[in-house]
Amino acid sequence: MTIVVTDNCRLCRFTECISVCPVACFHGDDSMVYIDNDVCIDCMACIPVCPVKAIVAAEDLTEEQQHWVAENAEKSRQLPVISEKQTPLPTAEARRAELGY
Amino acid sequence: MTALATESNPFRVAIIGSGPSGFYAAEALLRRPHVHVDMLDRLPTPFGLVRGGVAPDHPKIKQVCLVYDRIARTSGFTFLGNVTVGKHVSMAQLRAAYHAVVIACGASGDRQLGIAGEELPGSHTATEFVGWYNGHPDYQDRLFDFSHDTAVVIGQGNVAADVARILATPVDCLRTTDICEAAIEALARSRIRDIHIIGRRGPAQAKFTSVELRELGKLRDCVALCDATDLHLNPTSAEELADIHADESRKNLETFRAFVASANLPMSAGRRLHFRFLETPTRINGLSRVVSVMLAKNALVGDKFKQAAVPGPLSVELPCGLVFRSVGSKGVGLPEVALDEKSGTIPNIKGRCMERDTPVRGLYVTGWIKRGPTGLIGTNRADSVETVASIIEDMARLDQEPRPGASALRATLAADGTRVISYKDWEAIDSCERRRGEPRGKPREKLTRVTDMIAALDQPGYE
Repeated sequence: MTIVVTDNCRLCRFTECISVCPVACFHGDDSMVYIDNDVCIDCMACIPVCPVKAIVAAEDLTEEQQHWVAENAEKSRQLPVISEKQTPLPTAEARRAELGY
Repeated sequence: MTALATESNPFRVAIIGSGPSGFYAAEALLRRPHVHVDMLDRLPTPFGLVRGGVAPDHPKIKQVCLVYDRIARTSGFTFLGNVTVGKHVSMAQLRAAYHAVVIACGASGDRQLGIAGEELPGSHTATEFVGWYNGHPDYQDRLFDFSHDTAVVIGQGNVAADVARILATPVDCLRTTDICEAAIEALARSRIRDIHIIGRRGPAQAKFTSVELRELGKLRDCVALCDATDLHLNPTSAEELADIHADESRKNLETFRAFVASANLPMSAGRRLHFRFLETPTRINGLSRVVSVMLAKNALVGDKFKQAAVPGPLSVELPCGLVFRSVGSKGVGLPEVALDEKSGTIPNIKGRCMERDTPVRGLYVTGWIKRGPTGLIGTNRADSVETVASIIEDMARLDQEPRPGASALRATLAADGTRVISYKDWEAIDSCERRRGEPRGKPREKLTRVTDMIAALDQPGYE
C-alpha cells in the first residue's frame, strides 16, 4: 500500500500528521509536505488527523489525483525530513475554510 | 549542589514498559542533554504490542521497530528487561531511585461482556488468541479447539478484524510470516469454515478502518458476506454517514455492499466471513464447552453519533464451537498507583499522574494507560511528546539531588536472582530468533518462553 499527501495540504501546514508519524517519513518545503513511502509503514495514523483531509491511501485516489504518487516519491527524495510539528502557515485557516472543513 | 540535568547530576528517568509510547517518551527525553533513561519491561523482549499484538501478516507495520532500535542505541538509554514493577522492584523503590518515573505499561486487561457462559472452555478473549499466535509468553499454554466448523468473533474493530483474518486465512499464506510455530500447527488442523463477526450496532458504526475491512474481502479461498437487509440504515445512521468527517464509515459501507454482492459468487470449498449487525450476545450456551451463542436483535436509539444499541424481544441462537470476545482492552495499572477502574486509565493532566486531584510529584503516564486503548501506533508519539513536555516543564520543581538510577535496583534484583536482560541480550535473542526462522523462510521464529530466551543467552559463544 502507498499513502500520499495531496493538493489540500498546500497553504496549510497544520502538520498534525508529523506529530503522529511513528517513523518520521514526512519531508517538506514551504508549501507542503510529502510522504516517503520507502519509510512509511502504512500505519495510517496521519490520515484521520489531517484537518483538511490531504492524506489519502493510494487505493482511494481519484483518477486526477493519481499523479500524487509519483510526486510524493520524487519530492520526498529531494526535500529534508520534517519530524517536529510546524506552525501553520498564515493562510491555513482561510484555506481550511475554502476547502469546506 | 549541582543543578539537575548536568554532567555530574544527570536527570534520571525510569520508563515502565517498552512499547511504542515508552519508546516515544524515551526519544523525546533523550533529545535533551544529560538525561538518562532506563526502560523497564516485565518481558525480556522489547516493543510491546508491536511484537505481541500486530498481526504476523502485517510485517510492514513492524518495521517501526527500526525506529525503536535507533532510540535504544542513543547514548543515555538502558534497557532492563525481565523486570516486573511490583514484583522484582516496588514502585516506591523506583521513585526513590529516579527523578521521574513514566508509566507506559499499556492496557493488558480485557473488558468483559458480563454474560453467562463467558468463562466456558471455547470462549476466549481476542487478547489471548492474538498473544498466543504472536508468541507472547503469557499465552502459550492456551488451547484453542478448531475442530468445530463455526467460530464467532464478538466486536467490529481492528482487533476483531485481525482475529477473523487469522482464522480465515489459508495457513499456507501464514507460514512465511513470524507467526509462532505452535499456532501454525494448530491452525493447519483447523476445520473452521464459517466465521461470524458480530456488531452490537449497525454497519455505519463498525469501527474497522476501511483498509482492514477491505482486506477481509481479498483473502485467498475465502468469501466475505453481508446480508442486504442489514445495510438498510435508519435515518439517524444515514445522517451520520452524510457527515463530512464520516469518510471511513462511507468507505466501509461501500465495502459491505460489495460483500452483499459476493453472495452471488460460486461458493468455493473455502471459508466464509459473515458480517452481522445489530446483535448483542446475551448468553454463551454449553455444559462443558461452548455450543452456541444467544444473540438479541437490537435497535439503534439516540442522537446522531450517540446511538446506542437497545436489545429487543427477538433473539437467535448461533451454534458455534469457538467464541472470541474482542470488545476492547482495559488498563490494569500498577501497584501503589491510583487507577480509574471504569476507564482503566491512570488519572492525569497532560501526563502528570493525579491522586485526589493533586499531581503526584515525579510520576507521569503515557500511551494506552494514559488515554485508553485508542489510536494507532503513531498516536502514541504525539501522546508521549505531550507527557515529556510536562516533565520538562516540571523539572525545576522536582527533587534536584542526584538520584542513583538502576544501580540502586540492581542489588535488589541480584538478591532474588532475577536475570536482568540488557539491550545487548535482546539483540542476542533477536538474532537467535532470526536464525531459527531462516530454514522455514520466516523472518523469525520467536522464542515463546522466558526460560528459552534466557537459555539462548547461556549458549556458548555469547558472553
